[in-house]
Amino acid sequence: MISRRNVLTGSAGLLLAGGSIFSDRVLAQGKKTTTVGFLYAATRNDYGFNQSFAVAARRIAQLPNMKLIEQERVPETAQAERAMESMIQIDGANVIVGTSFGYWPFILNLAKKYPDVLFVHGGALWKDGDPKNAIGFRGYMEEPHYLCGIAAGMMTKTGKIGFIGSKPLFFIFNNCNGFTLGARSVKPNATCQVVITGDWDNPVKEAETVNALVDQGVDVIVANVDSPKVAIETAERRGILSCGYHTDLSALAPKGFLTGAEWNWSKAGEFIESWRNGKPYPNLQRGGFSNNMVTLSAFGKSVPKEVQDAVLKAREGFVNDSFKLYKGPLKDNQGNEVLAAGREISNSDNAFKVNVKFLVEGAIGSTGLK
Amino acid sequence: MLDLRSQEWLEPFLLSVGALIVALLLFGAFMMLQGIPPLELYSALYIGSFGTRISIENSLTLAAPILLAALCTLIAARVGLLVMGGEGAIVLGGLGAVLVGVALPLSSPLLGSLLCLLAGALFGGLWIAMAGGLKRVRGVNETISTLLLNYIAIAILNHLISGPIRDFSQTLKAQSWSIPSYFMMPNIPGWSVHWGILIGILVCVLLHVLLRHTTFGFSMDVVGGNNRAAQMAGLPITSIVVISCFLGGAAAGLAGAIEVVAVHGAASESLVVGFGYTGILVAFLARQKPLAVIFFALLMGGIAASGGLLQRRFDVPYAATAVLQGMIFLCVLASSALSGRILPERKSK
Repeated sequence: MISRRNVLTGSAGLLLAGGSIFSDRVLAQGKKTTTVGFLYAATRNDYGFNQSFAVAARRIAQLPNMKLIEQERVPETAQAERAMESMIQIDGANVIVGTSFGYWPFILNLAKKYPDVLFVHGGALWKDGDPKNAIGFRGYMEEPHYLCGIAAGMMTKTGKIGFIGSKPLFFIFNNCNGFTLGARSVKPNATCQVVITGDWDNPVKEAETVNALVDQGVDVIVANVDSPKVAIETAERRGILSCGYHTDLSALAPKGFLTGAEWNWSKAGEFIESWRNGKPYPNLQRGGFSNNMVTLSAFGKSVPKEVQDAVLKAREGFVNDSFKLYKGPLKDNQGNEVLAAGREISNSDNAFKVNVKFLVEGAIGSTGLK
Repeated sequence: MLDLRSQEWLEPFLLSVGALIVALLLFGAFMMLQGIPPLELYSALYIGSFGTRISIENSLTLAAPILLAALCTLIAARVGLLVMGGEGAIVLGGLGAVLVGVALPLSSPLLGSLLCLLAGALFGGLWIAMAGGLKRVRGVNETISTLLLNYIAIAILNHLISGPIRDFSQTLKAQSWSIPSYFMMPNIPGWSVHWGILIGILVCVLLHVLLRHTTFGFSMDVVGGNNRAAQMAGLPITSIVVISCFLGGAAAGLAGAIEVVAVHGAASESLVVGFGYTGILVAFLARQKPLAVIFFALLMGGIAASGGLLQRRFDVPYAATAVLQGMIFLCVLASSALSGRILPERKSK
């Protein structure tokens, strides 16, 4: 069997010898199939983070000459490195998509060892000096959370909404701020109860939290945990509304589902296409609605037309970058001024976002950070 | 003399291998129901476990902690205890290695690695010895206590790595401070496999000698075989039980320490990946024989290693590997019923 690696090596030799203007990838691409290997840290159908990647994997598999192989429950240890290497050596994978944050060091090791394989990672960790055949990408989820917040703010009857977070990390705070700001943009006196569970995945605590929030009068929740399934189901059982996170979760709450913040990992398909056609591709890609890195779940049945219109109108603001999420005057929930009136933070100002250690005014709760 | 001895291990070995074959056949039938041709399945199992160099390396690396974790259940079983605490002892062993590795003001790489490993063994040993002591002194059921101690160990780990010993410069995940890089154990030259597997095999051989050729090993078997008789013979049962538990825990603790010293360099949730539980399965497969543990740990390492290829080639979920493991476990348990019946001439002993 002529493996793709042999072909690649051969054509690379040709390239060196003949100084061909075609890259090895172009030569090899012709009719060749690109095998894309996805690694997941948990199960693919987890109604959460991993599923959001599995959905993208299926979209990418639809591209011409694309073969998908998948392995789930790969721990974020040296085992991940061996799983990737085994995909390359045994299955002839040309592209590896590592979905979990902790795979990055192993991707870096292998990217150096296998320069003709493309490594794509769902975490924007690439920095100058890292191998060029590695790509890090990740969406600004605070943008769809802002839109969820608008839906929540318009739908809440009590004026109390709830945010359940997993870890005290900047992107969780950003999402929480987006959700709260969105709600208060349509209902200025709305408050958002914030609970950080401390665990990526702790269904029991999440269910207890939802119950406690409902008892306090909260009637819309969003859960920023690995799999919001239990939180959304509990909300549905308690008769309150909910927003999704990661992937389309509308099926979990036929009555109370509003909309949800979704990743658009299928963006990786564009990188892979560019790479295999010898065209330039980014090594580090962040972004929100303006470059299609995030999306919004389809609205649930209970969402009236005017709410949908308001949400979609706000989304336009992100798409054409006319609306800024963080803009002054902005206070945190301790009463400190974060941004003076007139100051705006660009939606792509990553340096600002990764340093967010505050919750905006209207959020009830603390970051737990000193 | 030689005949008797060979029969003594032959029957349990045949039973385990038979159980394994039946489990593989059952698994083949199960996968056939999912539309996967059995021959392709077995070929993938082989390729993914021992069929290529990378698979062999993968299998050996996975086998190392499984092998040592199996000894945790095995040694305690010799004195009649059913210990499930391998997972917790691995975690404690990993923590011990990190604490000593970080605290030691040593510059000798070899001595540093060795002390880390010793600390891991000590931590793991004390952890399981605690369960053995509770059993003897307070009558606490060791199966339940060791199972629960696993959760306590994981909770201790999570507590320590999310605060007291957390390395805050590591942003990817919560992990402890790292041991100095020169304490890290190198790979076996020419292979991307660390020395853990050879250490594990060495421990199995030493244990075999201890169990077969020392009075302590014999008294362990007496305690395990007939507690009352041991009491009548005036054996210090409590000491024997606690020491055995310590040795078992030390083996699993060593596994955790090796994971730290050879793979991770720090303690994190990466220590909690189920090696302890696979070890229980291996101890049962090996029917409490240390040398058989080597064989079955390699086999289970291979099965674990090939799980990824099964997923990729046949688009089955991870659960497929769990189904295979479960089938093996059931078949081994069921095969125990045949013990003493397949080699009738053994009675002539």
